[in-house]
Amino acid sequence: MKFLKNIRIVLSILFFVPILVFFLDFTGKLPLILHQFLKIQWIPALLSLNFVVIGILLALSILFGRIYCSTICPLGVFQDVIEWKSKFFRKKKKNRFKFSKSHNILRYSLLAATILLFVFGSSFFVILLDPYSTFGRIFSQLFRPLFILANNGLAWGLNAVGNYSLYKVEQIAFIPVAFIIAVIFFFSIAGLAVKNGRLYCNTICPVGTLLGLLSKISVFRIAFEESNCNSCGSCEKNCKSQCINSDTMTVDDSRCVSCFNCLSACKRGGIKYNLRYKKQQISSNQTPIDNSRRTFLLASGAVAGSILMAKANNLNPKKDSILSRKPIMPPGAQNINHFNAHCTGCQLCVTKCPMQVLKPASLEYGLSGITQPHLVFSTHIFCTYDCNICSSVCPTAALQPIAMEQKKLTQIGIAKLRIDMCEVITHETDCGACSEHCPTQAVHMIPYKNGLTKPEVTEDLCIGCGGCESICPVRPYQAIYVEGSEKQAKAKKPEEAKKFNKVIDDFGF
Amino acid sequence: MKRRDFFKSAALAGLAAAFSPKAFGITSTGKSLAVQSEPDMVAVMGGEPAAMLTRALKELGGIGHYVKKGYKVVIKPNIGWDRKPELAANTNPELIGTLVRLCKSAGASEVIVFDHTCHDWIKSYANSGIQAAVTAAGGKMVPANDESYYREVDLPRGVNLKKTKIHQAIIDCDVWFNVPVLKHHGGAKNSISMKNLMGIVWDRGIYHRSDLHQCIADTATYHKSPALNIVDAYRIMKSNGPQGKSESDVVLLKSLIVSPDFVAADTASMKLFSQVQPTNISDVRHIALAEKLKVGTQSIEKLNVKRIKMN
Repeated sequence: MKFLKNIRIVLSILFFVPILVFFLDFTGKLPLILHQFLKIQWIPALLSLNFVVIGILLALSILFGRIYCSTICPLGVFQDVIEWKSKFFRKKKKNRFKFSKSHNILRYSLLAATILLFVFGSSFFVILLDPYSTFGRIFSQLFRPLFILANNGLAWGLNAVGNYSLYKVEQIAFIPVAFIIAVIFFFSIAGLAVKNGRLYCNTICPVGTLLGLLSKISVFRIAFEESNCNSCGSCEKNCKSQCINSDTMTVDDSRCVSCFNCLSACKRGGIKYNLRYKKQQISSNQTPIDNSRRTFLLASGAVAGSILMAKANNLNPKKDSILSRKPIMPPGAQNINHFNAHCTGCQLCVTKCPMQVLKPASLEYGLSGITQPHLVFSTHIFCTYDCNICSSVCPTAALQPIAMEQKKLTQIGIAKLRIDMCEVITHETDCGACSEHCPTQAVHMIPYKNGLTKPEVTEDLCIGCGGCESICPVRPYQAIYVEGSEKQAKAKKPEEAKKFNKVIDDFGF
Repeated sequence: MKRRDFFKSAALAGLAAAFSPKAFGITSTGKSLAVQSEPDMVAVMGGEPAAMLTRALKELGGIGHYVKKGYKVVIKPNIGWDRKPELAANTNPELIGTLVRLCKSAGASEVIVFDHTCHDWIKSYANSGIQAAVTAAGGKMVPANDESYYREVDLPRGVNLKKTKIHQAIIDCDVWFNVPVLKHHGGAKNSISMKNLMGIVWDRGIYHRSDLHQCIADTATYHKSPALNIVDAYRIMKSNGPQGKSESDVVLLKSLIVSPDFVAADTASMKLFSQVQPTNISDVRHIALAEKLKVGTQSIEKLNVKRIKMN
C-alpha cells in the first residue's frame, strides 16, 4: 500500500505549486484562471455557497477521510514541506513522533466559536483561522516581499548595464497589523510543524476539526491489522498527526489526515487503509466532551471583546475628516455587510492588484474585518478604470465578478471636494491634476477667474477610483478625497463630448 | 542660446553630411543641401503619420542631420495613459515606430523610448500600441516607474524650479526627440511639447504645488533640449483631456508640426487646435512664460516655416 503515499505527494504538489506561484507572482503575467484552484478550498467554497465544490469535498471526506488536509489545503502541504525540510536542522532525523492525546476542549471550542461568531455576524475567527487565508497572508506578507526584493536587486544590476529585461516592482506597503498576524501565524505554525507535525491542523484549525468529525465515519480509514502487527511502533513514530497509538493498536480517526506515512513505514502490513464497515468496528474510546458551557463563555467573551474594540475605534477622535472616512471596499463588494461576512482576508486580490491600491485593513472595518482589503490611495496609486481583476479572482464571492462595463459604473466611493483647500483657490494658479486623472470627468474644471479654472464634482458620475485624491498636490490632507460607499451604487454613464464634424484643411498659422 | 545651438549643430551636421558619400550622391542629383535654407519649422498635413514624418524630416535635411552613426537616441512620446491609439491620449504608435526605424537606419546604436506614465506603466506601454511599434522597429522600451531611474539636474534659468530629477536615459543620450500628441488638458489647458516634458521628470507633485505653468516653462530651460519637437496632430483630443472619455473627443487632423523650438511648436499647434476648439493661447500660460525665459519664440511669422500639404 506504499503507492498511496506517493499518490498523496504527487497530488499535493499538483495543488500546492499553482497556488504558491499565483500568490508569489508579482509580474501579473500568470493567467488569472489559476484562481480556480482556490475555489476548491473549503472555506471559500462554503462562503460562496459553491455547492458543486462543497459536494465534491464532502464526498471525498466521507469516502477517504481528511485528504483535503493532506493534499488540497495549501497550509497543510506547507507544513509538510517545513516538516520535511527541517530534517536538515534536526538531530533526530527519523522516527521522531509519538502518540499524544487530542486537545478536545480547545479544538471543539475554536470550532464552535468560529461558527457562533460567524452566525452572530463577525468573521473574526473565520478570517484568522481559515487555513487557506492564513497561507495567503503568510505568503503575501512575508515571502512575496522577499521575491520582490530579489527581483529589484537583479533589475538594478541589469538596468545598470543597459539591460531592461527585468524592471523594478513597487514593494508592497508595510501594514503592521497584517504583517504581525502573518509573523505570529508563520512562526507558530512552522514551529509546531517541526516539533509536533500536524498539531496546528488538529487543534487550532476549525476546518481540520470539522473534517475530523467526518473522518470518524469515513468509508476508508487507517486501522491496525492485528495479525500482522508486531508492535514495533514504526507507524506511530512516523505519524505526523500523532494519532496512532501502537500500544493500544488504535488510530484516532478524527486527527488522521490520510497522509499514508504509516503505511510506508510498516514493513509487515500491520497497518492498512481499508473499508471501515467491512469488519467489526474497533470501538472508539473517545466520547465527545460536552463543551457547550466553555464554548459559550469563550464565544461570548470574544464577541464582547470585538464589540469593545470596535467601539474604542469609533471613539478615537480624529482631526481631518479624511482620517475618519468610511473604508473603501474593492469593486464588486456590493455592500459592507456582504463583504465583511464573506471576505476571509486571503490577500489574493491584494497581490493581484496591478496598481497595489488594495491593502489589508487594520481596524478600518473593525476587529472582525481585520486584513480584509480596502483601497488606500497615494501618489499614482489609485483604482485603474479598465481593470476588474480583484473581482474576478475572489474565491469567496466576497467580491462578485463584475464585467468591465459594469465596473466602470460601480461607485466604490464618492469624491469629496474641499474647495477652500484647493491649490487654485489658495494660490490662484492653474492645477487641475484631479480632473486630469478623472476617467469619467465627474471631477471637471469650471471657470474661476483670470482665465483660471477650478474643479467641481458631479457626484452621480463619480465611481470613487481615487485618481483625484492620489494626485492632488495638497498634502498631507488632500483637498479632494474619496469617501467609501457602504453600498456600491451604480454611477451615471458619462456623457460623450459633442462630435466635431467639420473638415480642417488649413494650418491656422 | 537655443537658436544659436541649433544653427551650430545644424552647420556641423551639414558639414559632416557634405563629406559623406551619401551626400555626394544627393548633390550629384542636383538637390542642394544648403544649410541656410533649412526651415525653422515644418508643418505637414494630409498624410499618414509615417509619410508625414519622413517628409518633414526630408525638409529638415534628413534624419542623418540629427542622428549620427553610433548615437544613443532617446524618443519621448506621450504614453501617459492606458488608452488605445484611437483615443489620441497617447502619441501615435505608427509615428513613433517610424521614427525609431529612421534612427536605426541612420546608424543609431540604440533607440530608447520611455514615458513616466500616469496610469499603470505596463498597461500604458502595451495598450498605447507604442511598445509593439518600438520593439518591431528595433528600439527599446525602458521603464520610468522608479525614482532610481532619475538623476537630479540644475535648471539655473528656472524661476520656481531650480532643480529637478530627470530620467537618466535623457541625461546619458547623444540626442533626443520630443514627440507629444496635441491634446486638450484640464489642468494645463493644452498639452503639447513643453507639457510633454512632465514625462521626463520624477516629481510632478511639486509642479502642481508651485505654479504648474511656471514649472513647465522652467523645465523647458533644461540645457539639453530635444533635437526636434515632433507634435503629433494626426488625431487630436479636442475635449476632456488629457485622458479623454470616448472617440467623440477625437478629431482626425492628419497633421504634423516639427520644430526644434518648443515655443514655436506649441504656438503653431495651438493655432491648429483653435480651429477645432477655440482657445485663448494666453491661457496656456507656460507658452508665454517660456518665451520670457528665452526658450523660444511665439512669433511664427518671423520664422522660416515650411507648410506642406500631402494628398
